Amino acid sequence: MLRYILKRFGIMLITLWIIVTLTFVLMNSIPGSPFTSESTTNEVIQENLEKHYNLDKPLFVQYLNYIKSIVTLDFGPSIKQPDRSVNDLLGQGFPISAELGGFTILFAIISGITLGIVAALRHNGVIDYLAMAFAVLGISIPNFILATLLIQKFAVDWELLPVATWASWKHMVLPVLALATGPMAIIARLTRSTMLEVLTQDYIKMARAKGLSPWKITVKHALRNALMPVVTLLGTLLAGILTGTFVIEKIFGIPGMGRYFIEGINHRDYPVIMGTTVFYSAFLIFTLFLVDIAYGLLDPRIKVHEKEGD
Amino acid sequence: MRKDERLDVQSTAAVPDEWFEWDDKEGRSAEAVSRPSLSYWKDAWRRLRSNKLAMLGLVFLVLLALLAIFGPIFSPYDVNQQDRPNQYQAPSSEHWFGTDSAGRDVFTRTWYGARISLFVGFMAALLDVTIGIIYGGICGYKGGRTDNIMMRIIEILYGLPYLLVVILLLVVLGPSLGTIILALTVTGWVGMARIVRGQVMQVKNYEFVLASQSFGAKTWRIIRKNLLPNSMGPIIVQMTLTVPSAIFAEAFLSFIGLGIQAPHASWGVMANDSLGAILSGYWWTLFFPAFFISFTMFAFNVLGDGLQDALDPKLRK
Repeated sequence: MLRYILKRFGIMLITLWIIVTLTFVLMNSIPGSPFTSESTTNEVIQENLEKHYNLDKPLFVQYLNYIKSIVTLDFGPSIKQPDRSVNDLLGQGFPISAELGGFTILFAIISGITLGIVAALRHNGVIDYLAMAFAVLGISIPNFILATLLIQKFAVDWELLPVATWASWKHMVLPVLALATGPMAIIARLTRSTMLEVLTQDYIKMARAKGLSPWKITVKHALRNALMPVVTLLGTLLAGILTGTFVIEKIFGIPGMGRYFIEGINHRDYPVIMGTTVFYSAFLIFTLFLVDIAYGLLDPRIKVHEKEGD
Repeated sequence: MRKDERLDVQSTAAVPDEWFEWDDKEGRSAEAVSRPSLSYWKDAWRRLRSNKLAMLGLVFLVLLALLAIFGPIFSPYDVNQQDRPNQYQAPSSEHWFGTDSAGRDVFTRTWYGARISLFVGFMAALLDVTIGIIYGGICGYKGGRTDNIMMRIIEILYGLPYLLVVILLLVVLGPSLGTIILALTVTGWVGMARIVRGQVMQVKNYEFVLASQSFGAKTWRIIRKNLLPNSMGPIIVQMTLTVPSAIFAEAFLSFIGLGIQAPHASWGVMANDSLGAILSGYWWTLFFPAFFISFTMFAFNVLGDGLQDALDPKLRK
């Protein structure tokens, strides 16, 4: 087990290094410096600016500085908003994005699993068909379209919930719904199919023969085994939710990290893009690592240290 | 009867002869196959056809492809033909899907959007499959050290958050049709390679591969003739799932301003453009692109599900 964790940790570090280096190389391969677009600068000012941001040094030195700044978690100032550092933006945006993402994943997991179980227990019944129809719809409708529809109906037509921003729990309902529906549908489908498979296993028959209550059979025997594939999926779902926050924050005007990221892209504010990308990737890669370890710990059938590749 | 003539010859057994009955060979043959012989593909097609939802998806996609090709011909308007006085016209006999903020015909733009979305989806899927088959094929077939090293690379790449990489690439390369497809492929082939590898590893242990090898077939021939045809099922299923995710990615990128650039229309661009308009009640500007994105994703998803069942020989009834 320890060997496996160490190996996964090593892979995580390499992946991180690749994304960090990739970001650096890509950002540096853009022709011209970030200041060439500014119309007010003359040559001297531009040189001084480049000096200030260490852009006059050779690439290799810049790369070392960059790695150093990432290791020390200091992403430097934003170019378009010089009075604010990227750390500021991250520090302000991350808690909000984390709140949005956290509620989303909680909601998606709880409702998705419930839906999946109910559908599996009522296999081929009306509830099953309704749940699966809902799941297919949830997968098909992109979250940004769902978000607009929700705003249109709940906020504009019926005036039940606020249109945008992020203040009270009422503000959270629509963004979380818009963001969670897709992952929820995926979880529901997966839970249903694995539940159906598990329910035909001999140990379920055995449990039934012993006279256990249906509730105990479902929760203790079936669900525990049916949830394993859902755990493996968590990493991918998390990545989806994370990128989903970009658009959802943009649509709902939520001052999270995603919005700064999109603004950074639109303004070509390279330190902001670099900082947020590295931060997002590190966060995601680390979570994937945790999910993998959790999977190994949860399922005794998997001898993680023997696992090869796939 | 013939039966009586022969009875005497074999009446030595302890079991009374009347217990036996002569097989009427002319009338029936035990060797005959009771159902028509079907090739793998015919059988898969037969099973797919019985899946109504999957067929609905297939029919929708064929219709969509036809409309994407021929739709604009039926329209008297040009994609980018602006008509400011007629902005935000509701759907009517003149403009079937209404007009947008610049008075452009939404009907025409929807089919142009379909062209771009489908093109992005299919090109990305095709490139993914090509790279995935080569990489995964080598991995699975060679095995051992080669596979180990190549799989480590995949494991590392698999951890990369793909949309972030796509966004980075597009920021640097500048958004255009080519760069979007390129960016989607750079990150997308990994999943396909994993699937191909798994399939190849399974199939390569079958006897017919050994037979091929003992006849001296070259590696490439074995991959091409034995391994690939027998692992086509999961590859096709993965493809039907790659196309909608590429279409979604394109719409997503257009939506955050990194997709196809104006004046070109894609569904994502149209949805993004109409965000403000919908709050003013011009629902059709969002409805049509949104409907077609969603229904296309739906169609590919149900078709993929159907194909998964149809192409799995274990599920043969």
